[in-house]
Amino acid sequence: MTILEVKGLVKSFSGLTAVNDINLEVREHEFLGIVGPNGAGKTTLFSLLSGQLPPSAGKVVFEGRDITGWSANKVAATGLVRTFQLMRPFESMSVLDNVAIASHARHRSRRAARRHALGVIERVQLERYVNSLSGSLPTAGLKRLELARALALEPRLLLLDEVLAGLVPAERAPMIELLRELHTDGVTVMLIEHIMTAVLALSERLLVMHEGAQLALGEPRAVVDDPVVIEAYLGEDYA
Amino acid sequence: MTDMVDKQVHSAADRDDPRLKDRSRSRAYLALLVVAVVLALLPLGMSDRVETIAVRTLIFAIMAVAWNLMSGYGGLFSFGHAAFFGIGAYTDAYLVVDHSVSPWIAMIVGALLAAAAGGAIAFLCLRYRLAGAYFALATFAFAMMFLLVVQNLEILHKTEGFNLPILPTYSWKMMQFAQGSRNYYWIPLGILVVALAGTIAFVGSRAGQYAQAIRDDEVAAASLGINALRYRLVTVALSCGLTAVAGAYYTQYYFFVGPDQGFGSGVSIEAMIPAVIGGIGTVWGPVIGALVVGPLAEGITSILRNPPQVLSFLQGLTGLDVAVYAVLLIVIVLFMPKGIYGTLRDRWRK
Ligand SMILES: Nc1ncnc2c1ncn2[C@@H]1O[C@H](COP(=O)(O)OP(=O)(O)OP(=O)(O)O)[C@@H](O)[C@H]1O
Ligand SMILES: [Mg+2]
Repeated sequence: MTILEVKGLVKSFSGLTAVNDINLEVREHEFLGIVGPNGAGKTTLFSLLSGQLPPSAGKVVFEGRDITGWSANKVAATGLVRTFQLMRPFESMSVLDNVAIASHARHRSRRAARRHALGVIERVQLERYVNSLSGSLPTAGLKRLELARALALEPRLLLLDEVLAGLVPAERAPMIELLRELHTDGVTVMLIEHIMTAVLALSERLLVMHEGAQLALGEPRAVVDDPVVIEAYLGEDYA
Repeated sequence: MTDMVDKQVHSAADRDDPRLKDRSRSRAYLALLVVAVVLALLPLGMSDRVETIAVRTLIFAIMAVAWNLMSGYGGLFSFGHAAFFGIGAYTDAYLVVDHSVSPWIAMIVGALLAAAAGGAIAFLCLRYRLAGAYFALATFAFAMMFLLVVQNLEILHKTEGFNLPILPTYSWKMMQFAQGSRNYYWIPLGILVVALAGTIAFVGSRAGQYAQAIRDDEVAAASLGINALRYRLVTVALSCGLTAVAGAYYTQYYFFVGPDQGFGSGVSIEAMIPAVIGGIGTVWGPVIGALVVGPLAEGITSILRNPPQVLSFLQGLTGLDVAVYAVLLIVIVLFMPKGIYGTLRDRWRK
């Protein structure tokens, strides 16, 4: 079954076409990796899907509903949730309260929301910082906080924007394990990531973006070996 | 160590995980109770002169607590709270003088009107994406507009304002008591205590948490499904409603309100200054700020009315209070940017 359908999605910023005619069908329970050089339009694609930016053209259908042009909060409420590459903590609040804000979507009382949030915090291994001000977290902690807030909403489609970036290699393995677990639990995941080993370890399909356009889409190994992809993107690394 | 980690992994299921306790909240209620009792007992040893200062301070405190809801917790800086104070003061005057309505009722009507007006103004500003200084300027413009309208409305006695009649009998219903009655102090104290209890409850409620999240990062809040506009308007309405209550009591206490006392830009400054001095976005900051500003304001008023020999040149001068506030504000911003309470609290925590 298709959970997300993207048709002819375009976003132009005065002259620059950041996302250029993306067409995509994401299956339920799928793990889709998204790669592409800096400035390829990956983050912008997420912003279009989750309602932070209105598209210039095209259509987004989530679980059969046309959500094109919906406001971000409405989209999030339907179960399509994103994290931010540039982390956006609520700085005056503790880590627990940051996550509880998201838990409140399902738990009205503060007590219940905070209890739910604590469970999520433990799941992303942030319990060391439960009562710290979120503004004081190191990068790795902020990445986990982004993930924790998104998870607290119990999403059905999770858009993860470079949640592994900024983690030292030793921290990556448990995070990758956690993402795998989420996937096993039934969450559909779209993951933007530069760390190829992680992407290849997790993704069932891989989308390669280049200058806003969709360069390749398919089985990860096949995509990575595609000469067009190697030239446009991987070529930079392997040159 | 392993033991501890183990415990933490299982603790999410625990009903009473110590990390979930929000001790700050119960502590705040307790502190409020103590403060309320102490302040309630104060007037027993107060002269009438001191009581006037105390009442003025209480009115400042209510205004500042109200302003702090919207501008401190909500992050929407208002420079036009006179609009809502004036609505409260004038609704009270109009209903009490012209229709003999009980001031208690008038107070509630004024609060509802101010909440609606504040909500409408904030909606317009947010709808047109005014933020920061532009939002503050827009609120200022609305307050000025209200001032002009009131000065030209026959039904509100134009520039004359309202004088409350002194009734032949004293009663709680009409909020009139013998001159020097301590009730004039206990009523605003009661309002302040309720406002503070409400603030503590709001800050810890879902709506209050949302308001603070939106203040910190609106985009992130929206990405978590929060309707930023809705919760901003809730915060604004609460703030404006409470400000109107302060305005209504002003009219009741001074038996008079005119356009400047209600809608003058000085009133907007008086709502803001105690909160900024005391510490915005904190429960106690506005009260502490009012304790500084209230006596100061009263002192300035009496010096201007009756200056000592050396200061005789001040006789009849206006605007000195605003000048003093400005100096105070600069000093605070330079040396205690988080306000008295905010700075002390941070130092205490270290
Ligand atoms: N709000 C905006 N206004 C103007 N240009 C923008 C805006 N957001 C993104 N862009 C531009 O759009 C292009 C795509 O940016 P985007 O952030 O989507 O790339 P990305 O693939 O996520 O890159 P990275 O791997 O560095 O995160 C870039 O050239 C960027 O400068
Ligand atoms: Mg990006």
